[in-house]
Amino acid sequence: MAGKKRIKVIMAKPGLDGHDRGAKLLARVFAEAGMEVVYTGLRQTPELIVDTALQEDADVVGLSSLSGVHNYFFPRVVELLRGKGLDDVLVVGGGIIPEEDVPGLKDSGVAAIFGPGTRTEDIVKFIEKEVRTQ
Amino acid sequence: MFDKDKLTAIKAEKDQWDCGPVEKACAKFPERKTTFTTISGEEVDRLYTPSNVADFDYQSKLGFPGEYPFTRGVQPTMYRGRYWTMRQYAGFGTARETNERYRYLLEQGQTGLSVAFDLPTQTGYDSDHTFAMGEVGKVGVAIDSIDDMKVLFDQIPLDKVTTSMTINAPATVLLAMYLAVAEEQGVPYSNVGGTVQNDILKEIVCRGLYIYPPKPSMRLTVDLIKFCYEQVPKWNTISISGYHIREAGSTAAQEMAFTIANGITYVQSCMDRGMEVDSFGPRLSFFYNAFTNVLEEVAKFRAGRRYWARIMKERFGAKNPRSMMMRYHVQTGGVTLTAQQPLNNVIRVALQTLATAYGGAQSLHTNSYDEALCLPTEEAVTVALRTQQVVAEESGAADTIDPLAGSYYVEAMTDRIEEEIDNYITKIDAMGGTLKAIEDGYIQKEIQESAYRFQKEIESNDRIYVGINKYTMEEPSPTNLLKVDPKQREIETEKLEQFRARRDHKAWKAALDKLDEVSRTDENVMPTVVEAVKARATVGEICDVWRNIWGEYRPKEFV
Repeated sequence: MAGKKRIKVIMAKPGLDGHDRGAKLLARVFAEAGMEVVYTGLRQTPELIVDTALQEDADVVGLSSLSGVHNYFFPRVVELLRGKGLDDVLVVGGGIIPEEDVPGLKDSGVAAIFGPGTRTEDIVKFIEKEVRTQ
Repeated sequence: MFDKDKLTAIKAEKDQWDCGPVEKACAKFPERKTTFTTISGEEVDRLYTPSNVADFDYQSKLGFPGEYPFTRGVQPTMYRGRYWTMRQYAGFGTARETNERYRYLLEQGQTGLSVAFDLPTQTGYDSDHTFAMGEVGKVGVAIDSIDDMKVLFDQIPLDKVTTSMTINAPATVLLAMYLAVAEEQGVPYSNVGGTVQNDILKEIVCRGLYIYPPKPSMRLTVDLIKFCYEQVPKWNTISISGYHIREAGSTAAQEMAFTIANGITYVQSCMDRGMEVDSFGPRLSFFYNAFTNVLEEVAKFRAGRRYWARIMKERFGAKNPRSMMMRYHVQTGGVTLTAQQPLNNVIRVALQTLATAYGGAQSLHTNSYDEALCLPTEEAVTVALRTQQVVAEESGAADTIDPLAGSYYVEAMTDRIEEEIDNYITKIDAMGGTLKAIEDGYIQKEIQESAYRFQKEIESNDRIYVGINKYTMEEPSPTNLLKVDPKQREIETEKLEQFRARRDHKAWKAALDKLDEVSRTDENVMPTVVEAVKARATVGEICDVWRNIWGEYRPKEFV
C-alpha cells in the first residue's frame, strides 16, 4: 500500500437492529490496522448507507445485522451501489447469518460474510487483500 | 468475625505455605498462567483465607434473607417456598403463532410469560411503514393494534399468569393495550400482574431502541410508573436493565454499577415529580445477565443487592424495606453462546442457571443452544426450560438460602465488586449524574473498552473459549433452524388495512387529538393512551403523535 491512500471503510448498521458491539469493535480494529473508518450509527436505510459511501469515497462497506434482515438489506445495498456506478466498492457483511443464506448473499455481490467467532485479523487481511488486488 | 490473634496466626502460616510447599510445587510444575482473572478481568488469588475477609461483620454485611441489606436474598424463605419464576422470552411472526408458543410453554410447566416484540413495534412503527421493511415478525412478534394483543393472549387468563414485556420507548402504548385486553377478559387492573422494561436509559447507552430525546422519554417512563402506582398496584413499572450493558461488552461490576446509576436517575426523576420514594420504590425491578463464571456472578448479585439497599435507604430515605429490595430477573448470557459446536451451549446455560440460583434471582430466562445461529426452535427452547427444571429440582441449589455465603472467595469478591460499583457511582455523581455521563459518552466508552479488551484476550489466546480458540473442529453446517415466513410484512399490512377500515374514524381521530393535547401539558399521558388504543389507534400512530411534538433522538456516536 506504500504511497497509496489509506483504505476507507464505512461500517453500517442497516435496519432497526441495535446490536452494535460487533460494528463498533470492528471500527476500532480497522482503524488500528491503519484504515480510515466512518461508523454510520444505527437505523440506516440502504439509501443512507450508499449516500455515505459515495460522499466518503469509500473502498469498503461493512454491514452488520443480528436481527435477521440481511437477506433484504445486504443485496439492496449492493444493488444501489452498483446503480450509482460504485462497482469497485467491496461489500462485506457479518452478524447472525445462517450459513444457508451465504451463497445467496454472495451471488448478490456481497464479497464475504463473517459469522460469530471470526478472528478480526482475518477480516482485516481479507479487506486488505481484496482492496489491493482491485 | 475472626479473632485477631487467630488472623495473625493464619496469615503467618499462609506466608509459610506460600514460601514452602507452593514455591516448591511451582518450581516443579509452573502454574498455567502468571495471573488468573475472571472473565471480567478481576484478579483471582491462588487461595482465599480468613485474611481476605478480615473486617467481615456478619450482621452488617449479610444479615438475614428478607432483611436489610438483603445480601442473602429478598425473601425470608427464598426457593424453599417457591422456585424462581421460569419465564422464557419468546415471540416471532404473527400474534397467532406466538400465542401457540406461549400456550405450549405454559403446558410444559413454564410459570410466566415474556413477550419479545419485533423491532418495528419496539421502535414505534407499524408493520406497513417503510422502516419495517424486512423486519416484521423477525426478532419478536409484530403488534400493531389492540386486536393483535387480543390474539396474543387468546385463551390465556391475565389474572392467572404474569407477563413481562420487553418494551421501552413505546412502553406506555403496549401496557395500555395489555390493560385493555385484560379489561375485555373481565380482569380488573388491580389483578393484573407483570412487568414492562420501560428502561430508556440503557436503550440510549447500549441497546439502541430509543425513539425520543432523553427528556420526553424520561417523562413517559415516569408517567407509566405513576399511573401504575395509582391504578395497577401489582405491576412492576420498570425493569432497570444491566443485561444489555453486559451483552455490549461490560464487565460484571460495570453491569451492576451502570444499572444502579440508571436506577438512581429513575428514582430521582420520580421524586422530582413529587412522588414519595416508598410509593413507587417497591415496584422497581431489575434485569441482569448471567455468564459462565459462576462465582463471580454470584458475587455480583450479592454485591448489587447490598449496594442498592443502601442507596435506597441512605440516599433516598426509603423507610419501607420493600423499596430497598433489589428484585430481579435474569437471562443467561446471549453473547456467551457460540455458533461453533452449538450443543456446548447447553452446558454454558446450565452453569449460568446454577449461578442464577445461587445468586438468588426472582425469575430466569434460559437461552436456547441454537441462538447464535437463529431464533430458537421449539426443541431448543424445551431443553432450555428443562435446564432450569433440572437445576431447581435436582441440584439442591434451591434447598438452602445463599449457600455460598461465608466462602472466603465469594465474600471477598462480593466486597470487591461492591467497591467497584461504589467507585463508579461516586465518579458518575461527580460528573453531574448519569444523564451527563451518557451525554459525554463516558459510560458507552467504558463498556466498549471492556468489549475490546475481551476480544483481544480471545484473539491472543490469553482467554480460552471452547470451540472458538481451542478444541475447534470441522462441523457440518447446522440444519433444522427456525425460519420466519418472509411474507410476514404482507400478512401484517393486509391485517392493518382491514383494521383501519373497520374502526370508527371519528372516535379514533378524537382520541389522537386528545393525546396530542395532553402530551403538550404536564398531565400524565397514560389514561389518554389507554383511551387511544381502545379507540383503535395503532402503535405507530400513537408514537407519531409524540414524534411530531418531541422529534426523534439521534445520539452522538462514540467509537
